[in-house]
Amino acid sequence: MIGNILLLSMREIRRNVLRSILTTLGIVIGVAAVIVVVTLGAGTKAQVQEEISKLGSTMLTVFPGQRRRGGAAQTAPPFEIDDVNALRRETTLLSSVAPMSIGRKMIVYGNENRRSQLVGTDREFVNVRNWALTAGRLFSPAEEQSGKSVCIIGLTVRKELFKDEPYLGNVLRIGKASCEVIGLLEPKGQVMFSGDQDDVVVVPIKYYQRRISGNTNVDQIYVSALDDDLVPAAQAEVEMIMRERRPSQPGAEDLFSVRGVQEMSTAFQSSTAVMTAFLSAIAAISLLVGGIGIMNIMLVSVTERTREIGIRMAIGAREKEVLLQFLVEAAMLAGFGGLVGIAIGLGGAMALAPLLNVPFIVQPDMMVMAFVFSALVGVVFGYMPARSAARLDPIDALRHE
Amino acid sequence: MSENELSERDHEGPVVAFEHVAKVYGDGEMAVRALDDVSFEIHAGEFVAVMGASGSGKSTTMNIMGCLDTPSSGQYLFKGVDVKTLSRDQRALLRRHYLGFVFQGFNLLSRTTALENLELPLIYRRIAKAERRDMAMAALNAVGLENREHHTAAELSGGQQQRVAIARAMVTTPSLLLADEPTGNLDTARSQEIMELLARLNEDKGLTIVLVTHEDDMAAFARRTLVFRDGNIVHETRSQAA
Ligand SMILES: Nc1ncnc2c1ncn2[C@@H]1O[C@H](COP(=O)(O)OP(=O)(O)O)[C@@H](O)[C@H]1O
Ligand SMILES: [Mg+2]
Repeated sequence: MIGNILLLSMREIRRNVLRSILTTLGIVIGVAAVIVVVTLGAGTKAQVQEEISKLGSTMLTVFPGQRRRGGAAQTAPPFEIDDVNALRRETTLLSSVAPMSIGRKMIVYGNENRRSQLVGTDREFVNVRNWALTAGRLFSPAEEQSGKSVCIIGLTVRKELFKDEPYLGNVLRIGKASCEVIGLLEPKGQVMFSGDQDDVVVVPIKYYQRRISGNTNVDQIYVSALDDDLVPAAQAEVEMIMRERRPSQPGAEDLFSVRGVQEMSTAFQSSTAVMTAFLSAIAAISLLVGGIGIMNIMLVSVTERTREIGIRMAIGAREKEVLLQFLVEAAMLAGFGGLVGIAIGLGGAMALAPLLNVPFIVQPDMMVMAFVFSALVGVVFGYMPARSAARLDPIDALRHE
Repeated sequence: MSENELSERDHEGPVVAFEHVAKVYGDGEMAVRALDDVSFEIHAGEFVAVMGASGSGKSTTMNIMGCLDTPSSGQYLFKGVDVKTLSRDQRALLRRHYLGFVFQGFNLLSRTTALENLELPLIYRRIAKAERRDMAMAALNAVGLENREHHTAAELSGGQQQRVAIARAMVTTPSLLLADEPTGNLDTARSQEIMELLARLNEDKGLTIVLVTHEDDMAAFARRTLVFRDGNIVHETRSQAA
């Protein structure tokens, strides 16, 4: 029987193409919106994952004190270079440890100037950050020891300050201090929650302390675990070592904190979760509106098709056959609308992805779900009109003008 | 009664038997007694005309005969089945397997080709595609529209539409073809053609036909005439030849 009903429904849809298109328009728009959102959402998520690995998935950052979002920072003594040395000495699970003091400073070369990130650290820094030089060299141990005025620059600084001029051997001014450029970092590009990674000038930590900050502080310590799988163990080890070095009152919080790159991105991810929930709500509403559209036009079409229903009944259609035909029509229209919506959504996402600078990632299971869901919307919202069609009295229906 | 019992009825007696049938619409003050006390029989192969003034109960009789409606009292036996005992869906099955309808307003599906209109009752009967085509084409042939199969209703004249409707009613070779004023919307020449067609189908194929008409000219094609007045049969005539 269902084969016959399919045939009848198909003929009915073909019989009135315009009405069919109008009926399913809401579904088309709803599904297209969902597909665009989901596809771009997946692209954004993939991009975040990539950026995390750009930062280094084995990297951990040690801060003095607890870092609370929104709250006042805990007063804890700053790290000093001894803390770095202790970690280097006592660790078994870390491949590298680097001190980090960071500030935004005005960097000047000739007539050009730029506010960039100034990082005081040592050679280990390139290992922790999984970074490499494209030109020049790293600090020598002697330069680190003496805090010599040498610096390594990122690509953005090179482009902005030196344009096409040679940079190796030239001298940058940083406030009252100055440094000679000895190396260029390989470009890393934009990272979503840290900005332009190449807008950076790296100097020996001792130089930073003496000439820039004027104290012996180390703002943060970057460490890198031997392996991805060892990150939690390495974190535990770092915590153990640090707890020994800066004991807190029993029961009180640690006077330091350790965070991974993954954790640094959780803030971003929770904001995407809110975004996804919001957009899903929009998607649900648009499908609901699409469903109501189907119901509305099908109710009108039952009235408009009263005579046709009468003819079918006179010819011998049973109640359930009329009901099924209308349900199948609704499901087919909505399912077809879903397919069109998926196609439009994919097209839209493909067009928008490069504009938003995210990769275009097709989500096949979402597409299947969108299709099934739209057919379901058709059945659910087509039921009431279908039932009112099936309950018509054939004599009244035939007399209908 | 099962679907099989309703679709494969061998019945010796009359196709139609009305026994003191009355039909009342509405109730109380508003009640209309459309049929008062009607009894008659129609046997296989008959060609019967039903006449009478407007409102005399002709359409009501046709609707009951066609199992679209049921009597308020009395009994209607279609091929020996008491229709009043059947459900809505069971009556639909009787119509599907044994009845054909032709209406004054043609009632073809719009924007649908003649062939597809003819296929409709065959689809409900679950007849396979190839056989369905053949049967539909044969019926179109029988009404002289063999080269109009892909025309829609809008592309056919009134007379042609009514011939498609007749083809649709007979494509299933029903036990009874009911035509309520089939020539009511047609001019005299076209009416004449339709009547000739019905007479021929009755003659050649033995199709049992009941026809409502206002005009004696049209009724003359039938071999028996029932005349209604105020819900009763007041006169009956039989003629030997068509
Ligand atoms: N559904 C109905 N409800 C109420 N009255 C009806 C209905 N159908 C027919 N009637 C009445 O029954 C009577 C017979 O109608 P009908 O059989 O259609 O007459 P005819 O076809 O001979 O013109 C008329 O008075 C008509 O108004
Ligand atoms: Mg009438």
